[in-house]
Amino acid sequence: MPVIVKSFTNAGEAAAALSSEREARYLGGGTLVMRALNEGDISISTIVRATDAAMTRIDATGSRVTIGASVTFARILAERDLAFLHAPARSIGGPAVRNMGTVGGNLFAPIPYGDFTVALLALDATVAIQGSFGGRDMPLDEFLQARERQGGALVLSVSFPRIAGESFRYRKVARIQPKGGSVITLAAHLPVSSGRIAGARVALGSMAPVPTRARAVERALEGRALDAATIAAAAAAATEGTSPGDNALASAWYRREIVGVHLRRLLSGQE
Amino acid sequence: MSKIPLQFRHNGREVAIFVDGGTNLLVALRELIGDMTPKFGCGQGGCGACSVLIDGALHLSCLTLAETVAGRSVETLDGIKQGPQLHPLQRAFMENFAAQCGYCTPGMLMAAKALLDRNPQPSRAEVVEAISGNICRCTGYEPIINAVLAAASGGRASA
Repeated sequence: MPVIVKSFTNAGEAAAALSSEREARYLGGGTLVMRALNEGDISISTIVRATDAAMTRIDATGSRVTIGASVTFARILAERDLAFLHAPARSIGGPAVRNMGTVGGNLFAPIPYGDFTVALLALDATVAIQGSFGGRDMPLDEFLQARERQGGALVLSVSFPRIAGESFRYRKVARIQPKGGSVITLAAHLPVSSGRIAGARVALGSMAPVPTRARAVERALEGRALDAATIAAAAAAATEGTSPGDNALASAWYRREIVGVHLRRLLSGQE
Repeated sequence: MSKIPLQFRHNGREVAIFVDGGTNLLVALRELIGDMTPKFGCGQGGCGACSVLIDGALHLSCLTLAETVAGRSVETLDGIKQGPQLHPLQRAFMENFAAQCGYCTPGMLMAAKALLDRNPQPSRAEVVEAISGNICRCTGYEPIINAVLAAASGGRASA
């Protein structure tokens, strides 16, 4: 069934169109919305697009890094200043999907997708959204908890503090190599100050309906040196607060069994 | 609902068609232009059979909204040979038995072309990565990887 496509060169106009029509869906790279259309999703009657250049911008020069919602994973991989994000970007899809899929769209990707969002969550990212009541920034964590209700708002960009690349770690566990859907995805930002972790952020994908912070793990790491005892304590806390589900890639039981193992490997820098 | 006029470059030739809102590029190519080389596999972005190059970059035509290619250049397998001359990749696929049922082959060739166009001498790992979004259920991938490497080294020999 044909749908109405509304294209705007201005993000604000696209946001207004999106918030004025409940059934409208925003089309980014197409890997989610076109897929739904191909599957025969008749709930989509209107597609809204924005070709605003501001949404394709990467600003990695200041103390905060800002990535426009329309930036593709291929663009991230071409950005030398964002080397620490290359592992999560490369773990997504094949080359075609990386040429299409966007950072903004990834925030809405259901399990087993959304790996990049796990990385952003560990970077303490905020999301700039434009709704009918104007624009605002919100913490990614908060955004994800209410993701289903964000339909009427347009994501403009994500931003996070510039970090020292070596303090960031990422691991995606997949059964199919080189590329497969996530069994679980782990990301950690572990800044070290005088030999101790200060400001630990650990995020898990596929361990709950949306990517979530592993707060018990963060508590086990905070203020400690990253030694064997700390790593063991963090691994023991890995399942706390999680609610994984079953899917074709793995069962909830399996995910609970392996998350501590992979967290230990992530923290101890094993391949 | 009115049709949307759409103009773009298809294998070096300007084309003008009318599409319905929401039509994907694969449907536009196959049903409106008659280029049957990109295949419909999954419609979900999982198989790569519909892969085409848009402005030189590999895209999945089934997940591309047709009207977004307005004014851009779309290259499909149909455009890579020159007259009766097969493209070096096509020849290498033939010589290395890289096609069995052939359904994944157009997508594989376009993914391989996207790689060789920017990296004429890829490593084996780079070839594996380049075709990682393309599924083949016949060959077990080895003949395909070998064919891409052969095409790359063949190009080097003749250069």
